[in-house]
Amino acid sequence: MNRFKDKTTSLKDLSLNFNEIEPDLSPKEAMDESNRCLYCYDAPCITACPTDINIPSFIKKIASGNMKGSAKVIMDANPVGASCARVCPTEDLCEGACVLNDASLPIMIGNLQRHATNWAIKNNEQLFEAGEDNGKTVAIVGGGPAGLSAARELARLGFNVTIFEAKEKAGGLDTFGIVSFRLPQEVSLWEVEQVENLGVEIRTNTMIGRDISVSDIESAYDAIVLAVGLSKVPMLGIEGENANGVHDAINFVETTKTPPLREDFIGKKVAIIGAGNTAIDAATCSVRLGASDVKMLYRRTEAEMTAYEFEYEFAKQENVEFRWLTQPMKILTDSEGKVNALECIRMELGEADVSGRRRPSPVKDSAFTIEVDAVIKAIGQSRFVDLIEEFDLSHDRGIVTIDSDTHQTSNPKVFAAGDVIFGNGQGEAMVVEAAEQGKLTAYSIYKELIGENATVNA
Amino acid sequence: MADLRINFAGIKSPNPFWLASAPPTNSGYQVQRAFEAGWGGAVWKTLGEPILNISSRFAGTHFNGQRMAGFNNTELITDRPLEVNLKEIYETKKRFPNHTIIASLMVEPQQEKWHEIVKRVEAVGVDGFELNFGCPHGMAERGMGAASGQVPELVEKQTMWAKEVAETPVIVKLTPNITDITATAYAAVQGGADAISMINTINSLAGVDLDTWNTIPHVAGKGAHGGYCGPAVKPIALNMVAECARNSTINVPISGIGGVSDWRDAVEFMLMGAGGVQVCTAAMHHGFSIVEDMVDGLNNYLDDKGLDSVEDLVGKSVPKYSDWGDLDLNYKTVARINTDTCINCNKCHIACEDTAHQCIDMLTAKDGSNYLKVHEEDCVGCNLCSIVCPVDGAIDMIEIPSDEPMTWKERETAIKQPSCGISLVK
Ligand SMILES: Cc1cc2nc3c(=O)[nH]c(=O)nc-3n(C[C@H](O)[C@H](O)[C@H](O)COP(=O)(O)OP(=O)(O)OC[C@H]3O[C@@H](n4cnc5c(N)ncnc54)[C@H](O)[C@@H]3O)c2cc1C
Ligand SMILES: Cc1cc2nc3c(=O)[nH]c(=O)nc-3n(C[C@H](O)[C@H](O)[C@H](O)COP(=O)(O)O)c2cc1C
Ligand code: SF4
Ligand code: SF4
Ligand code: SF4
Repeated sequence: MNRFKDKTTSLKDLSLNFNEIEPDLSPKEAMDESNRCLYCYDAPCITACPTDINIPSFIKKIASGNMKGSAKVIMDANPVGASCARVCPTEDLCEGACVLNDASLPIMIGNLQRHATNWAIKNNEQLFEAGEDNGKTVAIVGGGPAGLSAARELARLGFNVTIFEAKEKAGGLDTFGIVSFRLPQEVSLWEVEQVENLGVEIRTNTMIGRDISVSDIESAYDAIVLAVGLSKVPMLGIEGENANGVHDAINFVETTKTPPLREDFIGKKVAIIGAGNTAIDAATCSVRLGASDVKMLYRRTEAEMTAYEFEYEFAKQENVEFRWLTQPMKILTDSEGKVNALECIRMELGEADVSGRRRPSPVKDSAFTIEVDAVIKAIGQSRFVDLIEEFDLSHDRGIVTIDSDTHQTSNPKVFAAGDVIFGNGQGEAMVVEAAEQGKLTAYSIYKELIGENATVNA
Repeated sequence: MADLRINFAGIKSPNPFWLASAPPTNSGYQVQRAFEAGWGGAVWKTLGEPILNISSRFAGTHFNGQRMAGFNNTELITDRPLEVNLKEIYETKKRFPNHTIIASLMVEPQQEKWHEIVKRVEAVGVDGFELNFGCPHGMAERGMGAASGQVPELVEKQTMWAKEVAETPVIVKLTPNITDITATAYAAVQGGADAISMINTINSLAGVDLDTWNTIPHVAGKGAHGGYCGPAVKPIALNMVAECARNSTINVPISGIGGVSDWRDAVEFMLMGAGGVQVCTAAMHHGFSIVEDMVDGLNNYLDDKGLDSVEDLVGKSVPKYSDWGDLDLNYKTVARINTDTCINCNKCHIACEDTAHQCIDMLTAKDGSNYLKVHEEDCVGCNLCSIVCPVDGAIDMIEIPSDEPMTWKERETAIKQPSCGISLVK
C-alpha cells in the first residue's frame, strides 16, 4: 500500500523534501485500523518483533482510547520504539507475520506504533521511572539505539549509568544516519530525553580512546557496555578517491539531518557506489537535495543487491537509475581537483563464492566513462578495531566476540551490543535488533552484578 | 497510580473488574487463570440443580463485519457436581485469599433449599453470594431463575431466606426481562439484600438460517429463546443501573453487568452508580488478558482526572439522570458542518432530507467545489446528521443562546396558575 502523498521535490525549499514522506495516520485511520486487529492469542506478530512488543495489547489500547498505556507497552519493550515505528522493515518483521496477510491485509503495525508514540511525544509524557539506587555504576560507550536501550533498562534497575557519546548529540544513527524523511531527528532526541530523565548522564562530545582513556573508564565503573556501532565507509582503493566531491555515504546523509541543507547538489549529476540500504539512502537524499541525475553503480545484479525491497521500490519511484554489473575503476578530476567523471568497467557474474553469491569479474575492454559532479561511496562500514583492541576484546576482523546469552565479551567487565557485534551470523544491523541487544545486555549485567532475575520499574 | 480497590457492600476486591457468573468462571482452573491475568474477582458459575445442558447453545450476532456485537445463549447453570465446585472454590480462595470469590446460587423457591445451599457454600469460604433470579431459559420453566425474578414477592421472599442463614453479603442479580426493574430491585432490598447486580441476559432469538430455516442456534432442528448479552445490551443495562441508582428507596450498592467490554464502559457504569462491574461476553470473545487494559486504562483515566481512588467515580453522573419532564424545553443546539474536515459523502444531507427536518443543503462554491451547509433556523438539533457522519469533527453540535430554562413540569405548573398578574417566579 502506498500512502506517500506528495512525491514531487521542491528546488526552492529543500527542507520540504526532508519532511516525513509517510503521513501520520489520521485519528480515524488509527481507530479503524486498531479495531481491525484480531487481538490474536499467542500472536505471531509478537514473536516476529525482535523486541517482543506486545502488539495486540498496544493496539487494543489504541482502540480503547488508552493512549498512554499503549505508548508504555511499546516503549517498555523497546526503548527506541518511536524510531522503530518508522524505520523497521515491518514487512519482514511484525507485519509480515500478521495472520491477516492472507485473509485480507496485514495490520499496519508500524503506523499504529507511530500513532501511539506520537501521542507520547506530543503530550511530553515521561513513561518510566528510575529504579531504587543499587550502588553500582555502568559506563556505556556509544549513545546509539543499543547504548540507549541498555542505559534505559539499567537505570530502571537502579544502576548509575553514564553514556559517553563522541558526537554532540546522542541517538547514534537514529539521530544522524537515517534519512530525515523517514526518521526526523526530533523523534530520536525524544527517546534520548526519555533516557536522560531517568537520571542517566549523557556526556556528549566525549570519545572514548581520545578524550578519555579506555583504562580510565575500566577502572571507574563496575561494568561497561560497548555500543559504538560501526565506523566510516572504507576506502575503495581506487585513484582519485580523495578528490573534492567524493563523499562517505554516512557523512553525506548526516549533513542532511541538520539544517542548513547544502545547495550544491541542485541540478548536479551524482553517482553512488554500492546497492545496500545506505546506498539507497544516499541516492534518495541526493534526489531530495535537487540532483538532476542520480545513478547507482553496483558490480553485481539486482538479484544480489542487499537493499530491502521497499527501499529499492522507493528509489525507483524517485527516479534513481540503476546500473548493474558496473565497477568504478577511477575517479577523474578537473584542473581544480574536483570530480568530473568516473571511469568504470562492465562486469559479468561467474561461479558462486563461499557466500553463495556469484562472483563478479571484469569484462575485457569494456571500460567506459560517465560524467559526474559527485561520487558517494556506500560500500559498507569499517569497524573500530583499535578501540576494540584497546579494551583487549577478542574479535573477528572487528566483530566483537560475545557469549550469545549474556553479551559478555572476552573481558568479563565489558559487554557489547548493537552493530559492534553485527556480522558472522550475529543478527542483523537494524535499530530494533540493537534495542533488543541493549535490553538483554542490561539484564545480564544485572544478573552478574546483583544476581537476581531482573524486574524493571514501571 | 490511583487506588483501584473497592469495598462493595463490605466485600473487598483489589479492583472493580469481576468475571460474571458464566462459562469463564466454570472451574477452579479458569478462575485461577483469571486472577493471574488480573481480574479482581469472579462470580462462580451458578451452583444448583439440575445438572444438565444441551448442545449447541451459543450464537453470535455479527454486525457489518464486527463479530459478537451481541451474543446469545441457551446454557443453564453449572453442569458440574456441587461437591466438585465447592472443592475448587475452596482451593482457589486458598491460593488467592485477596481476590474476590462470590458464589452464584439458584435453587427452587423453598426456604430449606436456600438454607441448605447457603450453609454448604459458605463453609468453603466465599466472600459473598449472588442469587441468580435472571436465567431466562430452561431454569425458568421449572420456576427458578427469571421465573422467580419476574415476581417481586418471590424475589423478596427468597432473598430473605438466603439472608436468614448467610453470614457474608448477599447480592441479588436481577433479570432485565421485566417492565420496571426498580420493582424487583426494591423487592430485593425489602428482602434484606446487601446489594443488587444487573443485568442478566435478555430474551432473544439470535437469527434464522436462510438455507435450512432453522433457528440459530438449533438443537436437532428446534430452537428456543435464549439470553442476549454483549456490547449490544450495554445501553439497556446502563439504563437499568441508572434507574436503580437514582431511586432513593433502592439504597444498596449496584454491581453493573451487561456489555462491559473495556475500561471506558466500566467508567460509564460506575459514573452511573455501579460500585463495580462484571464481565462475561468480552472475556469470552478475547480471553482473560483483556483485563490488563481495563485496569491500566482505568488507572490512567483516574490519574488524568486527578482522582485518587476508583470509588471517587461511583455515582458522579447519577444526579444528571432524571425524567423527561425535568429537561429544559428551551435549550437549543444546532448542527454545524466543518467544510475543512468534511469528506462530502453527503450522508448527513440524505439522513436529514429523507428522515429528519430537511435543513442540510448541498451547495456549489464559486470554484466549483461542493459543500454542505445547515440552515440553522430549521435545525431542531436532533443529532441525526452528526451520528451518521463517518468523520470525527466534521459536524459539531453547537449550543445556541436561548430563553430562560423551563421544564415541562414547570410549564405545567405555570399553565395551571391563574393568569391575573401572579408572578411565575418561584
Ligand atoms: C544510512 C543508514 C540507514 C539505515 N537505515 C536503517 C533502517 O531503515 N532501519 C533499521 O532498522 N536500521 C537501519 N540502519 C541500521 C541501524 O542504524 C543500526 O543497526 C543501528 O543504529 C545500530 O545501533 P548501535 O547503537 O549499535 O550503533 P550506532 O547507531 O552507530 O551508534 C553508535 C554510537 O556510538 C558513538 N561512538 C562511536 N565510537 C565512540 C567512542 N569511541 N566513544 C564514544 N562514542 C562513540 C557514535 O557516535 C554513535 O552515536 C541504517 C544504517 C545506516 C548507516
Ligand atoms: C453462555 C452464558 C452463560 C451464562 N450463565 C450464567 C449463569 O450461570 N448465571 C448467571 O447469573 N448468569 C449467567 N450468564 C449471564 C452473565 O453472567 C451476564 O449477566 C450477561 O452475560 C451480561 O454480561 P455481558 O454482556 O458482559 O456478557 C451467562 C451468560 C452467558 C453468555
Ligand atoms: S519494533 Fe519494529 S518489528 Fe517490533 S513491532 Fe514495532 S515496527 Fe514491528
Ligand atoms: S497477528 Fe495481526 S491481527 Fe493478530 S494480533 Fe498481531 S497484528 Fe493483530
Ligand atoms: S456526513 Fe459528515 S463527512 Fe459526510 S457530507 Fe456530511 S458532514 Fe461531510
